Amino acid sequence: MKSVTKAYRPISWPMKGAGGNTGSWRVRRPEIDRQICTKCQICWAYCPEAVIDRLEIEIDYGYCKGCGVCAAECPTGAIRMEKEE
Amino acid sequence: MKAAKAKVIMDTGAHAAALAVKSARVDVVPGYPITPQTSIMEAVAQMIESGELDARFIPVEGEHSAMAAAVAASAAGARVFTATSSNGLLYMHEVLHMAAGGRLPIVMCNVNRGIFAPWTLWADHQDSFSQRDTGWIQYHCSSNQEVFNTILQAYRVAEQINIPVMVNFDGFAISHCLMPLTLPPQDRIDIFLPPHEPEWRLDPAHPSSFANVTNAAEYAPFRQMLSEDIMSAFPLVKKAAKEYKKATGMWDGDTIDTYLLEDAEVVVVAVNSMAAELRLSVDILRAKGIKAGLLRIRLYLPFPTDDIVKALPKNALVCVLDRNYNFGHSGGILASELKSALFGLRSDIIIRNRVVGIGGIDLTRRFMAEEIVSMMGEKKRRRA
Amino acid sequence: MATSIKKLPDTELVLSGNGACGGCPATMALRMVGKALGENAIMMLTPSCSVASMGMTPRLGYNWPGMNICFATAGSSASGVVHALEIMKEKGRLQGEVPTVFNWVGDGGTYDIGFQALSAAAERNENIIHFCYNNEAYSNTGVQRSGATPRGSFTTTTPGGKRQPKKNMALLMLEHNIPYVATATVAYPGDLYDKVVKAKSIPGMKYIEILAPCYLGWQFDMENTVNMSRMAAACGAWLLWEAEQGKISFNRPTDHIINGKKPALPVNEYLMAQGRFSRLLKGSDAAERIAEIQGDIDREIAFMRERAKITI
Repeated sequence: MKSVTKAYRPISWPMKGAGGNTGSWRVRRPEIDRQICTKCQICWAYCPEAVIDRLEIEIDYGYCKGCGVCAAECPTGAIRMEKEE
Repeated sequence: MKAAKAKVIMDTGAHAAALAVKSARVDVVPGYPITPQTSIMEAVAQMIESGELDARFIPVEGEHSAMAAAVAASAAGARVFTATSSNGLLYMHEVLHMAAGGRLPIVMCNVNRGIFAPWTLWADHQDSFSQRDTGWIQYHCSSNQEVFNTILQAYRVAEQINIPVMVNFDGFAISHCLMPLTLPPQDRIDIFLPPHEPEWRLDPAHPSSFANVTNAAEYAPFRQMLSEDIMSAFPLVKKAAKEYKKATGMWDGDTIDTYLLEDAEVVVVAVNSMAAELRLSVDILRAKGIKAGLLRIRLYLPFPTDDIVKALPKNALVCVLDRNYNFGHSGGILASELKSALFGLRSDIIIRNRVVGIGGIDLTRRFMAEEIVSMMGEKKRRRA
Repeated sequence: MATSIKKLPDTELVLSGNGACGGCPATMALRMVGKALGENAIMMLTPSCSVASMGMTPRLGYNWPGMNICFATAGSSASGVVHALEIMKEKGRLQGEVPTVFNWVGDGGTYDIGFQALSAAAERNENIIHFCYNNEAYSNTGVQRSGATPRGSFTTTTPGGKRQPKKNMALLMLEHNIPYVATATVAYPGDLYDKVVKAKSIPGMKYIEILAPCYLGWQFDMENTVNMSRMAAACGAWLLWEAEQGKISFNRPTDHIINGKKPALPVNEYLMAQGRFSRLLKGSDAAERIAEIQGDIDREIAFMRERAKITI
């Protein structure tokens, strides 16, 4: 007889990419102009996906969905949304 | 040191339930009043207020919330109890499914009462039987003592198998009537029912989430596992009854309880308080020379098919007295369950069925003895 | 002054690659909540966009222990968890600080189906934080009307535009005499962060409602999510305030609207930027309908200005 002490509960565990490789959703990609970027961290604060490194202002394109909030909110216009190849 | 002795008191079924909650060292009790269950909640709230029971009482605003709070407290790792009746049980329906699907070992009393509409306050079994498909284990009790004993056994079973358990007993006849009640010493109960140590709980040290959206490929195995695991409650129910007897000396039967069954030619099948009264009906019938016996179903879910198949004497005429309707079929739910269970296994058995005692109509030993005699005289023979 | 962006903590409880739409204001807000609450918290979720975005079994897009619960039960479920934790702590079965228990629930689960249980939890003053991320509709099921949908808004169940104003849910919660109520929106992350930090420190029931402009339901381009939030505050369609122990104070930019230093912008521009309004405002009765919406906003501003004067 099968063990009755084991409970099979619907449990989930934290991981990046729980929604899949969400970078593939992107139709436009944010490109940062390093000359203009002041590292003010506004893009980092508003990014819904937590894909922007706060210090280096590097974007994790594996998961960036390309929403463009970072570009819209960048006060110096350092982020441009380019058409995804 | 002299061992503590059992104490015998006079008490109601509702208060017996509250005393069992105390003996089980329950942590959290969400509660909402509904007649005739209210007395349980009142007693538990009083015990917590006085410090007799070290637990939290959550006076929620409805039964849906009572079961939701119970589910959540159980997921947080607590031992949880709640109680309800009738429409309160129906109001919980959605959350009952969640408790079972979430594999949370909650114990709940349902004090059986007929269902609205129209309103009735008195006992029948439409409420608990209509929750058949929620994935809960269901006991049905026939005495105040059995209510006390069964709540403790229910925790033992629930926490081994991670399936919630409903302990049912009749409104007023049990919940509000005084009967002698033996209270075993707490140290015996503590041996029987160890502290609750869940293997999973909501814990920030080990973050995990519960019951996310699930694809069919994962959903189906969860449901299958629940369906299989509830069937593996049988040995646990029997073991719990045996161990409880060892710890306290008390026995109410395990999956079934029988009376003068072995040589019976006419077998009465029923649940709850009417089954206690039916022992006296059996005595009346025996005095008339009818070889009657009683099979009381104590564990309604999972349905103890094997034990019933084994227990029924050869060629018996089985008279099922249902205190509920199986709407859309003829007769009651218990008879349907029994027919379906025995089909192909006991073709020697004849099953007859009457619906009695709806909305609390008094079921006396004489009335039920007459019903059985009348059922014996029915011409139509239906084989299982 | 609200905490500046550079002073926000590094803590991330929302993990990259979750199932939310791009530009989702709910996950944007939840990141700030995570920074304020930290890891020692337990999350309760009713059916909502966040349940869709948190990932499917066995994957979880958040770094908290969390529980999906029945739609109507945020108030009661969170109560169950917090009582369980507290009694287990008292009995010595739980080590360390008792985790913060919070609900992460949409406007449907707050204003509508969850209202009864939430009201009861507030009346009992349960030690929980209820977050309502308010996208002013049932966005997860494809944008249907809720009690939070403002007048004039198109949804799939108000194809002619909603005829009734929304209710002031945050004020209703305040009238339960709970110790902390606040409103916030995603354009002001420092303000939201501060409010959550404050809520965490206060025992008893806390209610924080976050306006979450949903590009899908509101019909604007997703990159404008933050801007839409800002516009809502600027025209007074969303008022930023908090109430500690019943005393209301207003936050930037609402404070200037209330004290008259910088009056609210007319609502037209805000409405026209969103498809949910603009498609209805092209008819011959447009002026009348805009005046109705403006009237709702003006009334709320005037009412909250007066309500804040009551400090009993």
